[in-house]
Amino acid sequence: MTDMSYAPTRTQSPTTKLVLRFVLYILLALFALFYLMPLFVMITTSLKSLDEIRTGDLVSLPREVTFDAWRTAWSSACTGIQCEGVRPYFLNSLLIAIPAVLISTIIGALNGYVVAQWKFKGANIFFALLLFGCFIPFQVVLLPMAIVLGKLGISGTIPGLIFVHVIYGLGFTTLFFRNYYVSIPSELTKAAMIDGAGFFRIFWSIFMPLSLPIIVVSVIWQFTQIWNDFLFGVSFSQAGTQPVTVALNNIVNSTTGVKEYNVDMAAAIIAALPTLLVYVVAGKYFIRGLTAGSVKG
Amino acid sequence: MTRWLQDNMPKIVLAPSFIAVMVFVYGFIGWTAWVSLTRSRLMPRYEIDSFIQYGRLADSPRFETAMVNLAIFGTLFIVIAMVLGLLLAILLDQKIRIEGAIRTIYLYPMALSMIVTGTAWKWILNPELGIEATIKGWGFANFEFKWLVDPDMAIYTVVLAAVWQSSGFVMALFLAGLRSVDEEIIKAAQVDGIPTWRVYSAIIIPSMAPIFLSAFIVLAHLAIKAFDLVIALTGGGPGYATDLPATYMYAMAFSRGDIGQAASSAMVMMLVVFTIVVPYLYSELRTKDD
Repeated sequence: MTDMSYAPTRTQSPTTKLVLRFVLYILLALFALFYLMPLFVMITTSLKSLDEIRTGDLVSLPREVTFDAWRTAWSSACTGIQCEGVRPYFLNSLLIAIPAVLISTIIGALNGYVVAQWKFKGANIFFALLLFGCFIPFQVVLLPMAIVLGKLGISGTIPGLIFVHVIYGLGFTTLFFRNYYVSIPSELTKAAMIDGAGFFRIFWSIFMPLSLPIIVVSVIWQFTQIWNDFLFGVSFSQAGTQPVTVALNNIVNSTTGVKEYNVDMAAAIIAALPTLLVYVVAGKYFIRGLTAGSVKG
Repeated sequence: MTRWLQDNMPKIVLAPSFIAVMVFVYGFIGWTAWVSLTRSRLMPRYEIDSFIQYGRLADSPRFETAMVNLAIFGTLFIVIAMVLGLLLAILLDQKIRIEGAIRTIYLYPMALSMIVTGTAWKWILNPELGIEATIKGWGFANFEFKWLVDPDMAIYTVVLAAVWQSSGFVMALFLAGLRSVDEEIIKAAQVDGIPTWRVYSAIIIPSMAPIFLSAFIVLAHLAIKAFDLVIALTGGGPGYATDLPATYMYAMAFSRGDIGQAASSAMVMMLVVFTIVVPYLYSELRTKDD
């Protein structure tokens, strides 16, 4: 923390200062309430019985805590005709996210290493083309991708979704590593080459040991993106291979039977838990990923 | 041979990604552009037939609603998220003792899926059991809050949920910007007795122009891509009152079986993104090359 106060000391009396300070904290607390309220409502609703939901109100604490809704959401809520809860879809999301995160991060690291350190004619054009690819609305690739996945025979499968996430994740992972490696002096690479080290040797022995922070940024970014993805998940999956976001949406919008709001909320929290956990554990890196593409380094 | 491999290794490593980008980004954009000029319906056809699909878009009241919604949603979302983000950043920049904790609270929605955010707000805004019932229960018997099912107001619930999700991110951007302003200048201004609000409005905020631009680009990009949030919160309804081009495209592609309309509406989205992002990327890459 820096030690500086923007408040000029001479123009304000101690009382005004105290009042301003008080107002400031009140404002901060009100905003904190605004951001926390939906999470609070989700948690309390998920712990109430349906009767209590119908008679009580949104912000009251549960009179009687019950975990029935959680059990239903996890293993027996209906996502359409199937009633297996979110568990199989949670697993699907893991099976999609883990390989896709690893593959796109490895390729991104190599790409970034080339673009930043082995400049050749065209490398910058490649980077510009790739960067622009980060910004396209994915709707524009949805139809041809559906056809290509069909031709490759992986339409509606988990490998198909992994493939899609790797392809469209490359732009960001390359960007992360390129911006990180560009600050490493190229003399290092040149000196290693004179000593007889090759392309991969330099990457492995010099760049990899320095890369831990940016690997964490890339892994967290990709994991959050892929876990939270809905568009690709809903477009390229079929019954049985859907990710958890699609299953959650199906549970909430399934029209059969009584509307179980407590189950909806429990399912929503379950779907949110992995990325929330990542955020709480590694928030610093999460923010670095968010700002990496948008603030000039 | 090994010598050649050695010399060309960087290119060999880059080649698969290069091919992937050319095919799966630019080739696919080309495919969609091509098909948007055909009479494709349930199956893609490849005989070019002028701008008939774009004509159909222009005549479609549903697509018009989607574009108007994008304008309303985009403008309000970007402006409110920016103002709120800046305000929060300034409030947090006043030597707050528990700044870390507060920052965590303001930013956590960004880690959530839009589907989760939509589900939560759908429940909170539920006209029978949500916030309306709660406030009625507090004794305000005439209180009404049915935005979610009101065709004229539903789009504002999307704005509300989107601002809730993203404003913390804008705060983080601005806070980093505030911290990077040269302290010497600020101290000098304080010595001269310039009031705090003037220090902000005349010195600190103008020096953050690049951050405003970055925040704008990210938010505009989020706004155009907003799809999941609408699906989870309103499902595009009531009717198609909260349709956006993204949901229109999806409906045409996967439930209406109208590939021509899906492709042409996707191209319109592409064009909107293009006009915003290209000048930005161009200036970014140019300054980075220097």
